[in-house]
Amino acid sequence: MYKILKAGKLAANIYEMVVEAPRVAKRCLPGQFVIVKADEKGERIPLTICDYDREAGTVTIVFMPIGASTEKFAALQAGDSFSDFVGPLGCPSELCEEANLEETKKKKILFVAGGVGTAPVYPQMKWLHEHGVDADVIVGAKTKDLVILEDKFKSVAGNVYITTDDGSYGRSGMVTKVIDDLITNEGKTYDHCVAIGPMIMMKFCCLTTKKYDLPTIVSMNPIMVDGTGMCGACRVIVGDEVKFACVDGPEFDGHKIDFDAAMKRQTLYKTEEGRALLAQREGDTHHGGCGNCGGDK
Amino acid sequence: MGDVLKKVPVREQAPLVRAANFDEVCLGYNKEEAVEEAERCLNCKNAKCVQGCPVNINIPAFIHEVKEGEFEKAYQVISESSSLPAVCGRVCPQESQCEGKCIRGIKGESISIGKLERFVADWARENNIKPAGAKEKNGKKVAVIGSGPSGLTCAGDLAKLGYDVTIFEALHEAGGVLVYGIPEFRLPKLDVVAKEVENVKSLGVKIETNVIIGKSVTIDELLDEEGFEAVFIGSGAGLPMFMGIPGETAKGVFSANEYLTRNNLMKAFRDDYDTPIVRGKKVAVVGGGNVAMDAARTALRLGAEVHVVYRRSEAELPARAEEVHHAKEEGIIFDLLTNPTEILVDENDAVRGIRCVRMELGEPDASGRRRPVVIEGSEFDIDVDTVIMSLGTSPNPLISSTTIGLDVNRKKCIIADEANGQTSKEAVFAGGDAVTGAATVILAMGAGKAAAKGIHEFLSNK
Repeated sequence: MYKILKAGKLAANIYEMVVEAPRVAKRCLPGQFVIVKADEKGERIPLTICDYDREAGTVTIVFMPIGASTEKFAALQAGDSFSDFVGPLGCPSELCEEANLEETKKKKILFVAGGVGTAPVYPQMKWLHEHGVDADVIVGAKTKDLVILEDKFKSVAGNVYITTDDGSYGRSGMVTKVIDDLITNEGKTYDHCVAIGPMIMMKFCCLTTKKYDLPTIVSMNPIMVDGTGMCGACRVIVGDEVKFACVDGPEFDGHKIDFDAAMKRQTLYKTEEGRALLAQREGDTHHGGCGNCGGDK
Repeated sequence: MGDVLKKVPVREQAPLVRAANFDEVCLGYNKEEAVEEAERCLNCKNAKCVQGCPVNINIPAFIHEVKEGEFEKAYQVISESSSLPAVCGRVCPQESQCEGKCIRGIKGESISIGKLERFVADWARENNIKPAGAKEKNGKKVAVIGSGPSGLTCAGDLAKLGYDVTIFEALHEAGGVLVYGIPEFRLPKLDVVAKEVENVKSLGVKIETNVIIGKSVTIDELLDEEGFEAVFIGSGAGLPMFMGIPGETAKGVFSANEYLTRNNLMKAFRDDYDTPIVRGKKVAVVGGGNVAMDAARTALRLGAEVHVVYRRSEAELPARAEEVHHAKEEGIIFDLLTNPTEILVDENDAVRGIRCVRMELGEPDASGRRRPVVIEGSEFDIDVDTVIMSLGTSPNPLISSTTIGLDVNRKKCIIADEANGQTSKEAVFAGGDAVTGAATVILAMGAGKAAAKGIHEFLSNK
């Protein structure tokens, strides 16, 4: 069992938990992820690592409930436990490798973080800051209440540009608009970009950075089961190759990703997940009626 | 008393009944049937069956005890050589091993050794008989990577020799392929696999789940920092292969590994588990091995019409004859001499069919099997909504790429001495699919056994 030491909310529907997982905490690096399971009958869910404390043996996860399983996670409190918490999985971010540090120091780096994808950007920027590299970051959210980790970013970033879709806080508009503004109107130059967020955001970020020939790394979060390369569920098309996000990724060259195919694959279990979520929310009152889930039998 | 030339028939669930449930197909012998079958054994002095067994169980001796009604003694005879008799009695390819060598089989049918082994193991479980453990512990720590057949066997044997063994398992449950790969209807998880794992634990073996060697901790760290004096790698087969044809990343295309893992490990077939599985209406399983049969029969039980698409003919099907027979009885359709060329998708990128060509057999290839050749102009489509690729696996690089001095071969399998499991790295041994590529449960057990001996020799001489 993996004990939850702290549980709280970063925003209305974004949860943060500090979990006791010494083996993961000892070895994890920015860019890697974990797979978490609530209880015996639960699903294995891949989640990004937002922070870690090697001495305390803890790992911080951030997630947004989108299905029955993540709803189950959200209901857990400090003192409760996850039955399973395995990692670190995937390859660490290339930016955060000691061996590349001299090269990295020469680069001007822009991070683009969107929604719950803001969380995995933080450990990368923190690592870079601790190694003498201060990158810029654009943090995008729908509205003011959904902006997360602002103070944390301010402590590790060069410039922090907050933007909200509705203009209720910071700049107004999508992250892609901010990229354009920074480069074309505000005289900024960058040699490297890392974009992490919803698939649709990463797609449009990549279309934007391509205009400026700005190399862009994205972090894919496809459907997974084991996370060790065994099941092949997480395959993504990168250039003309099929890669497994869990062992080859999760970070890839964003200009080579087939986002349209990836987004379609993402919807595979949507109906099943939606039905499971409804059944859970409605409990005994779940009446079915859709004719598919058997809830009306 | 029946015909001495024939096996005592084993009871099975009727095909049309079992096609709609996940309960075990084969019901096994009862006491009377087991004793009757045991009486057919000639108790050969120079028993060929023992040579056919990769873990060299003293088969005539245990069958003799069954004949006498001494089932506990029979269990202890088997336990001397095997840690997983309830598993082996169910999934070993006995027809090409022990039973294939049986003298009875020359004129008539061989002794049903597998079904007798299963009976003895099940009887022991029902009567709560445990294998005998070590009398004294030697305090030496050995790490075993993977809790599949090779790992459990290696760990069990070492524990019996007095070693302090810890198994590291990447998944959340112990058993490896016995849990994620082989379906419930061939190998019940709670009654058989979990109990065999319990037996290994009763010998003093510790199992730490959720540890991925190469990610959570490395082999070098186990040896240098965690106090282990030797390591056995039994990490299993690895990454699923795909055909490289158009449409393979479409919605509704799965590897057999994914499909079976969702159903077996995650229990997606049960309403009370959270993991979803796509219940296709019409499913094509590509491939002809045991894993393909497992995937096909699973899809059938989930309510689909199932086609096995295989590029050679029935004679070349790599699956066990019994599995093919069971699959046919249950209503699986075999599209033989057929090879997919493209997966057809609809506007949402979901599978709507599979385009195939017909094949004919040409000259034998390197494997000795006749090479399938495309018949020109034979293209045709099969309407399906789900495709399951069961084409084998390639080795997982997680361990080999993170262990200094561990050599792999051209196929990226770990190189290990067949006799004792020794790898190119001192104190590191390996066996099972990680060494051989995908093979059988019992061959992996044989390798685990050889490595336990190798580790014991290495640590005794240290």
